[in-house]
Amino acid sequence: MMTLVFEQALNGVQLGVLLFLLAAGLTLVFGIMNFVNLAHGSLYMVGAYFAATFIPWSGSFIVGALLALAATAAVGMALEVLIFRRLYHRDHMDQVLATFGLILFFNELVLMVWGPAGLSIAVPSWLVGQVNIIPGVPYPAYRLAVLVTGLAAAAFLYVLVSRTRTGMRIRAGASDQQMAQALGVDIKLLFTGIVGLGAALAALAGLLAAPLRSVYAGMGEDILVLAFVVVVIGGIGSIRGAFVAALGVGLIDTVGRAFLPRVLDALLSDQIADAVAPALSTTLIYLTMVVVLAIRPRGLFPAPGQ
Amino acid sequence: MNLRGIGILAALAVAALVFWVTGPPNQPDQVRIGFVTTLTTGTGVIGADMRDAFELALDHMGRTMGGLDVSVSYEDDAVDPSIGRQKTERLVQRDKVHFVSGFIWSNVLLASYQAATDNDVFLIGANAGPSQLAGEACNRNFFSTSWQNDQTTMAMGEVLNDQVSTVYVMAPNYAAGRNMIAGVERTFQGEIADKTLTQFPDQLDFAAELANIRAASPEAVWVFYPGNFGTQFFQQYSQAGLLGEIPLYSTFSIDALNLPQIGELVEGTQMTQSWSPDMDNPANQKFVGDFRAKYGRYPSFYAAQAYDAAMLIRSAVEAVEGDLEDLNGLRQALARADFQSVRGKFSFGENHFPIQDFFLREVVRDADGAFTTRIVDVVYSDHVDPYAKDCSMQP
Repeated sequence: MMTLVFEQALNGVQLGVLLFLLAAGLTLVFGIMNFVNLAHGSLYMVGAYFAATFIPWSGSFIVGALLALAATAAVGMALEVLIFRRLYHRDHMDQVLATFGLILFFNELVLMVWGPAGLSIAVPSWLVGQVNIIPGVPYPAYRLAVLVTGLAAAAFLYVLVSRTRTGMRIRAGASDQQMAQALGVDIKLLFTGIVGLGAALAALAGLLAAPLRSVYAGMGEDILVLAFVVVVIGGIGSIRGAFVAALGVGLIDTVGRAFLPRVLDALLSDQIADAVAPALSTTLIYLTMVVVLAIRPRGLFPAPGQ
Repeated sequence: MNLRGIGILAALAVAALVFWVTGPPNQPDQVRIGFVTTLTTGTGVIGADMRDAFELALDHMGRTMGGLDVSVSYEDDAVDPSIGRQKTERLVQRDKVHFVSGFIWSNVLLASYQAATDNDVFLIGANAGPSQLAGEACNRNFFSTSWQNDQTTMAMGEVLNDQVSTVYVMAPNYAAGRNMIAGVERTFQGEIADKTLTQFPDQLDFAAELANIRAASPEAVWVFYPGNFGTQFFQQYSQAGLLGEIPLYSTFSIDALNLPQIGELVEGTQMTQSWSPDMDNPANQKFVGDFRAKYGRYPSFYAAQAYDAAMLIRSAVEAVEGDLEDLNGLRQALARADFQSVRGKFSFGENHFPIQDFFLREVVRDADGAFTTRIVDVVYSDHVDPYAKDCSMQP
């Protein structure tokens, strides 16, 4: 039983880091530019499509992945320069409308470019198989690699934001945009860079998830909702909050799916448990969000200046 | 806005209204068919396969039925009941189709069928077979060229009886998934080790469920994960190291569309089905041979059912000699099912679901090394679905 709990916790963390990669870009953009970007899920999708194209083309998972990250960052920066920039000073409803339009645009675009069938990315041959993390628990090597990559990306982001000059500018932009600008921070360039960074992180999430979930038009919307839940629970604009909330949501979702049916089986009659368990485990994370917001309306770690 | 702008807008609005009320100009010399299936999302390949088969059927009939030209509109439901309903309404109200066919997903079909049947438009289901439509909600304008959901898994339950005494069952949580599990439970006499329902259609990652399966270490696992869901499930089952450890049985999860990707993993795996590409009858040989020649791949069971749907529609249109106003004549002709099915024999029960054989199939390589399926045994002959008795068909 203990090994099962441990394995499910790993699964939860693995889902959590994927959510974090997506939520990090979302919360940065929302927190710093005060911009609601529904099209963030499209960047996740575009990243996966790029990876599904570049990996077979280059013959290497890592080379293909790096190309996909660069290409998606470029798409993100182009979006910032061409479209987002014009929306920062408009209200949230306009932003939602415009970026929702972008979702439709990107979904149709990938259908036109890559066809309706969807693509798949094979697990690289050196990550096929299982690793015995503790004796008796063979864990898929690829899932472990996802987990490690995600944690590494989180560490990179932490160092970038809290230990570097660029990070200082980002934090300054988040706390007081006008003051930062007055002190000589090139806000325009900074914003383009942040969107590019967010896009690359979303692409990383997309391409890591692709071998587990396949690549198809609209794949971004399925997970974007969860990413928004993470952002809201974590506190808008807070990377640290997003990290904690992503792991929390990943764990709650996985543990809910894994153990809730058994708990309900023990408490309720078979028929009722069968009907309630799937519905309840689906809604568990939203219930969590409601509870968190009731206690801390601005999320777990509200960013200063918000 | 100036006065002229308003004038133009008003004119456009009136034109739109007129068009909406009258629809496109009536063309009595045409059989209009709407085909609702999934052409986007991860499962879009299924819809494309059904469309290809329907087109092949039209080729085979010279794109005419009973002397009338045939026009088909293919619509995408995106695995979403509300979109399926919307598309069906539009086909019926605006395009004035005579038949609606397709429908992969039971939840989409349940949300959509009344938009057709209530308006005396015939709906020929080519895949989904929800229990409701076979039983209490059976409908005189609904016909199925597939099966009722429970049947194929009832056959699987019988197969499992011969091989194992405990089984862990798993399916997505929607109308068909619940029917499929009910089917296994109906006939399997051993113990159900555990039952897991996963989210549909969002969930493609089964990490938590696979860990639970390992912990439960049942004698066998049975799943229902159609299309893309099956591809992901089998790959993850393999990645988790369960393949070869715990025997895996499935229904509707391995098809001609995902076999090229997962064939290596599932070679020798057994499943139940009412059709197989190796069925030895002239209609099937023509269908499979021409499908492979035209598209360069094996047809899936979805394709076979879509092909039968086209042939069924033609048989009815020919029976009334192209008089599409003769609804009673069409309905009676449809119920007679007077066409050459790729399944060989084909007839409808009282509830307009086929009475048919169910086979045990296994995954094999053909002479060229491509993965396909082959019939091993007959599980049921002339099987009637368990809900038929609840149906009292309106005349």
